[in-house]
Amino acid sequence: MANVTMTVNGKAVTANVDPRTLLVQFLREHLRLTGTHVGCDTSQCGACVVHLDGKAVKSCTTLALACEGASVTTIEGLASGGALHPMQEAFREHHGLQCGFCTPGMIMSAVDMVNRRGHALDEKTIREDLDGNICRCTGYHNIVKAVAAGAEAMGKGAAPVRQAAE
Amino acid sequence: MSATGIGAPVRRKEDHRFITGQGRYTDDINRPGQAHAYFLRSPHAHATLKKIDTKAAAAMPGVLGIFTGDDLAADKIGGLICGWMIHNKDGSPMKAGPHPALAQGKVRYVGDHVAVVVAETLAQARDAAEAIEVDYGVLPAVVDTATAAQAKTQLHAEAPGNTVFNWHLGDKDATEKAFKAAKHVTKLDLVNNRLVPNAMEPRAAVGDYDQGEGAFTLYTTSQNPHVARLVLSAFIGIAPENKLRVIAPDVGGGFGSKIFIYAEETVCVWAAKKVGRPVKWTSDRTEAFLSDAHGRDHVTHAELATDAEGKILGMRVKTTANLGAYLSTFSSSVPTYLYAPLLSGQYDIPAIYCEVDAVYTNTAPVDAYRGAGRPEATFVVERLIEVTARQLGKDPAKFRMQNYIKKFPHQTPVIMMYDTGNYGASMKKALELIDYKGFAKRKRDSGRNGKLRGIGFSSYIEACGIAPSAAVGSLGAGVGLWESAEVRVNPIGTIEVLTGSHSHGQGHETTFAQLVSDRLGVPLENVSIVHGDTDKVQMGMGTYGSRSGAVGMSAIAKALDKVIAKGKKVAAYVLEADEADIDFKDGNFLVKGTDRKLDFGSCALQAYVAHKFNGQDLEPGLKEGAFYDPTNFTFPAGVHICELEIDPDTGVTRIERWAAVDDFGNVINPMIVEGQVHGGIAQGVGQALLEGARYNADGQLVTASFMDYCMPRADDLPSFQVGMTVTPCPSNPLGIKGCGEAGAIASPPAVINAITDALGHEDIAMPATPQAVWRAAQKTLSRMAAE
Repeated sequence: MANVTMTVNGKAVTANVDPRTLLVQFLREHLRLTGTHVGCDTSQCGACVVHLDGKAVKSCTTLALACEGASVTTIEGLASGGALHPMQEAFREHHGLQCGFCTPGMIMSAVDMVNRRGHALDEKTIREDLDGNICRCTGYHNIVKAVAAGAEAMGKGAAPVRQAAE
Repeated sequence: MSATGIGAPVRRKEDHRFITGQGRYTDDINRPGQAHAYFLRSPHAHATLKKIDTKAAAAMPGVLGIFTGDDLAADKIGGLICGWMIHNKDGSPMKAGPHPALAQGKVRYVGDHVAVVVAETLAQARDAAEAIEVDYGVLPAVVDTATAAQAKTQLHAEAPGNTVFNWHLGDKDATEKAFKAAKHVTKLDLVNNRLVPNAMEPRAAVGDYDQGEGAFTLYTTSQNPHVARLVLSAFIGIAPENKLRVIAPDVGGGFGSKIFIYAEETVCVWAAKKVGRPVKWTSDRTEAFLSDAHGRDHVTHAELATDAEGKILGMRVKTTANLGAYLSTFSSSVPTYLYAPLLSGQYDIPAIYCEVDAVYTNTAPVDAYRGAGRPEATFVVERLIEVTARQLGKDPAKFRMQNYIKKFPHQTPVIMMYDTGNYGASMKKALELIDYKGFAKRKRDSGRNGKLRGIGFSSYIEACGIAPSAAVGSLGAGVGLWESAEVRVNPIGTIEVLTGSHSHGQGHETTFAQLVSDRLGVPLENVSIVHGDTDKVQMGMGTYGSRSGAVGMSAIAKALDKVIAKGKKVAAYVLEADEADIDFKDGNFLVKGTDRKLDFGSCALQAYVAHKFNGQDLEPGLKEGAFYDPTNFTFPAGVHICELEIDPDTGVTRIERWAAVDDFGNVINPMIVEGQVHGGIAQGVGQALLEGARYNADGQLVTASFMDYCMPRADDLPSFQVGMTVTPCPSNPLGIKGCGEAGAIASPPAVINAITDALGHEDIAMPATPQAVWRAAQKTLSRMAAE
């Protein structure tokens, strides 16, 4: 067992964990933050995407111990003070989700995409950039619309998460 | 139309919890004292179990129990069942082997369940499973669908020739006659590739046993928790229904794969009592590939006969369907009654004859996957139609319109009585959406860039709104397929609707509430939809076969009618009027010809306060239930057109345009319906271009991860142009036909028809991967060079 300390959604957490513990297990099982999902075992589906020091990572292939001292944002930490993040709002407005299982990872990846590529995202860019996230329900049509709208809304209003963190 | 009523694109009520990470899926549930289950699975496709030695494993740290098929048998736990009896051509019943939840004597596919280890932690359970010594007597594997019946090796003693049934439908003599009279016969050999459903949420189960009550609870990823309880109680024998609660909370997609009652869920709930602790199992993705029921897997020879003018005279089809190693819950119905009755498509075909041989193989069980039988039928019909048009030198759109059914109702030669439709209207709209007139120019432009462009059509029909109980009973179903609803009005006028339908992405919490808001004139936020818990909802048949709107909502509509009728009685007392003089409109009970009225909320309060009437005259309260049994299947139909471009240098196929025009009857929420269409198309495109489950000759699944099995990703797909036409369904009170499976049914032949149009020959199978398309394109290029 080993000690690990990190900040998750703005709160400092310390725990004694099996060194094999993955970040997603740490979030789901130790912190009961079950919004981050596990949809595969080969780092392909992206249901587990969270932000580690402002950048999207797949928490199913990140060891919790490797996050010592880091700041982690999960889907539960995206909305601030009761107001939805513009990307969350865009997914609802554009029906970018059906069963909801891939959605937390999609939204975290989408916010990261905006952080990396800016607010004016065309369809081709969004589709190529979503390569690490699989959705089985929506055919991506409305996810693409949601990401474009969310990106634009982030430009108008709320600052991108990474910038806000810096 | 009100802003929240029928027909409004209301944003979904359920979304808030999903976009904020507050959804509650089965794996999010943890019970106090919970232990973890790990299944030891067979590494062999076919083997006898000579010995299972669990002694060393049982002594490992944290182990609470290790169980095998013998332990289930000792507890008189029955095997998993197939709920649909099919009869052979000679009238004898199908031949099915037993399907124990944990293997007994033999394993029959890679992933078959040898033993379960229950331990304090999952890691301990895994470690202990590795210490179980199993002596396998490896047998040859039967893998190939087409030749399974001729294999020397037999999977089940009960099924000689690995054959479950030889079934047929239609008039053989009339069909032979039609072919004799034909001017032209089109012949095709088709493979409908095996698919893995891959809902993004893997299956999971938490079994719990309350010793004080002697009662079990199973939390599980189910599309139909009541059917699960029925099967686990009545057939498997876990506990009587009143001592077994099944809860299916948020479920992350199903597509058919979560209809079935599987080994793992059964074992978890049983083992909870054995170890005296809650027992949790969550499938990893590899386990999902190995043990979720797969879909499709047909090998077919099909022929279509036409006269000199291109009028279709007859169709004959011979299919071999692979059902895998055991019969899953509804597997036998998929290649039979969900398949052959759809072979008439949208066409007036006087004679059809279809034979289906179903075989066992050493592969995962095959059962319903989005569309279930209907995509396989549509692939046969629409490939035959397209190729016939080409062979006759006719425009594929015009050839279809020439042969469309134009008068309704229409009795097909394969059971179905189509009630209504306007197939030509959908075709016309789809041709406009895709700009069919501009295609020739676009093809020339592609050619100039060294690309091959093609266009492909698919006029699909499906039978859904499953299904009239008497009809399915006569065809072999073990259950009726009605639906139930209960509308509970609270004293201040808020409403809970309990439904036997189950939402796992379909948005029932929104659409069902829209119906209530529309009918009762109450705000959407005053309505809660309750589903997925057998302790709350008394009984229901669940969600599959595009039945939740047509059947589930019809039950709600029926219950709402009763609520309004009761409300009128209450209002009559309160307003001191004759019941016959009370109207209900826009949320108010009105006395005809006066300005006296009682709003719905006040009526509810009066129903519970009950001061204005006494119990002898009228019972207090406002709560009504209904069961709705449909009178016919519903027949959604439409036209999908795919336009694509092939790069012959790389074999990469890019879908450039997609037009979908569907007739779903009346639509409750167009936003949600369009979303269903998008998702269905994506799964069908996946089948046509990317997905294929492959077993090698030894029966090893070589496509058992997302690294090996190609799931459609965002950049594999275009945006879709979706249009609608409407002919309301006459057989249910809401005029709904259903929309859940249409896209997956329509799209595979549209893609393959477009690819073969681009290639100029028919020599390609699904999935048309870049490698396969590249090979096929070389044939095209060498032909072009020769010309």
